[in-house]
Amino acid sequence: MAGLTVSRPRLGRTAVLAIAGVYFLLPLAASLWFTVHSEGKGFSFSTYGDILTADGFTQSLLMSLGLAVATIVVVLALMLPALLAVRLSAPRLGQVLEVVCTLPLVVPPITFVAGISTVLRWGPDHLANTPFWQTLIAIQDPDFPWVLVLAYVVLATPYVYRSLDAGLRAIDVRTLVEVSRNLGAGWITVVFRTILPNLRTALASAAFLTLALVLGEYTIAVLLGFRPFAVWIVTISGANAQLSVAVSLLSLIVTWALLLLVSGVGRKRT
Amino acid sequence: MATATTEIPSSPKHASGRPTQKAAKKAPAWLAALPLLVFLALAFGIPAIAVLVSAFSVKDPATGTSHLGLDNMTDSLQGAYRTALWSSVKLSAVVAVVGGVLGTILAQAVVASRSTMLREAVLTASGVLANFGGVPLAFAWIATLGNAGLLTTTLGLGDAGWSLYTFWGLVIVYLYFAIPLMVLVMTPALDGLRPQWQEAAASSGATGWQYWRHVGVPVLTPALIGGMVLLFGGAFAAYATAAAMVGATVPLVTLQIADALSGNVLVGHENLALALSLDMVIVAALVMAVYLPLRKRSSRWLD
Repeated sequence: MAGLTVSRPRLGRTAVLAIAGVYFLLPLAASLWFTVHSEGKGFSFSTYGDILTADGFTQSLLMSLGLAVATIVVVLALMLPALLAVRLSAPRLGQVLEVVCTLPLVVPPITFVAGISTVLRWGPDHLANTPFWQTLIAIQDPDFPWVLVLAYVVLATPYVYRSLDAGLRAIDVRTLVEVSRNLGAGWITVVFRTILPNLRTALASAAFLTLALVLGEYTIAVLLGFRPFAVWIVTISGANAQLSVAVSLLSLIVTWALLLLVSGVGRKRT
Repeated sequence: MATATTEIPSSPKHASGRPTQKAAKKAPAWLAALPLLVFLALAFGIPAIAVLVSAFSVKDPATGTSHLGLDNMTDSLQGAYRTALWSSVKLSAVVAVVGGVLGTILAQAVVASRSTMLREAVLTASGVLANFGGVPLAFAWIATLGNAGLLTTTLGLGDAGWSLYTFWGLVIVYLYFAIPLMVLVMTPALDGLRPQWQEAAASSGATGWQYWRHVGVPVLTPALIGGMVLLFGGAFAAYATAAAMVGATVPLVTLQIADALSGNVLVGHENLALALSLDMVIVAALVMAVYLPLRKRSSRWLD
């Protein structure tokens, strides 16, 4: 009797896990099959060899990586001092920041880009004779569009806020600071040699989330007319579908590896 | 010397002196947050204001002048635009409910198995897949169930009338990131269900069904609805997947906005994209309004 009552849910559980496994693995397997097999040529891994030499691959990937690095630097430089200040001396500021940093989640990226392109179009009408005009031109440089960095910092804010907030909750910032200060450390030493090393995991996960976000972002880039990595994949999909699927699959695997790395680092530290 | 005299405890100035000292200590905190707040006010606030203002300004095609009015907003709720908005809401609602239920069942299977390896594997995979959206997701599914996809050709689904480029095709694809997100939301909540509650219910003579009906589900409801709100938001805002997959065969509000932004609108309707965007924000805000009161309740049991 006892055996019966235990085995029934176990059967259901196995079925649930098996169905989930099929549903989640099938598209990945089908993508892999699609990239290595074609009707005429049979099996070949040549598609993966073609990626590096593909037209525009290096350029768009470098642009995306550059945008990602700039976004990570800016978002951390803005968020870290604010969140540290909340922990140290202004808990009420924390409630304000939580609301402000969650707001970008409510606004869909397509709405955000509609707003940005409107502002950029106002430029010629209202700002043509002011110094802002040069700034507007400069942030739309097709080689390194700073306007995308600005947009991505906003998009990344909720995620970075959550990882840093969780990281800061886990350590006693106030005590760490007081001890370091009493031992005669200056503020720069406190931040760079006491707080940041203790936040390593939170910083890494914030950085990787931002990296994944920037590498995969399509909506804003395509509607503002730039061509970073995600836009490039779509551009080539018409001419070379195999190549675009191969790159998509690789980018997924790379993101996966990075996230596993972060969670591995996190587990070792705790 | 003058400052020293004010420090004398009995001095009447002492009482007023302390608060100012405290305020001086707090000033750096606000200063440290200032760059962030100024940045968000500029980079997020200005586009938001632009959407609001433009959605309500109507351009006269004859004279070229603009005035405030509701024309864009009413246009954005009519004809093809209303169809698209409605179909986006329907799609997101279906994804939220189906993904919410399936994600919870999967999370429960993982939590109940008590296998740490399985748990780690599912949670890390969920972390990756929940962020797996956009173009690569569309391509993976086209390779699987598209017109020349692996399953479509091997199972002969094409002859059976199957097409991925439909409403239900999009549901299947969106669930690929919705279910993992739900697993991530529900796992901590399911962990919070204490085994003692189930034991107490069982020793009081309750069946498994009664336990879930009267204890499990009510305690989980806030987390469940919170997760579904997230799923709804994700599906509602998705653009890249739909654009790469269905083009225009399924009307969606994000596709309409992109179309209108690219200039494919009638003269005098340039601000339609902004009006549609404002509709989206209003829908998202309404859905959030359901969630916020529930968030307060959720911590009562699960902490």
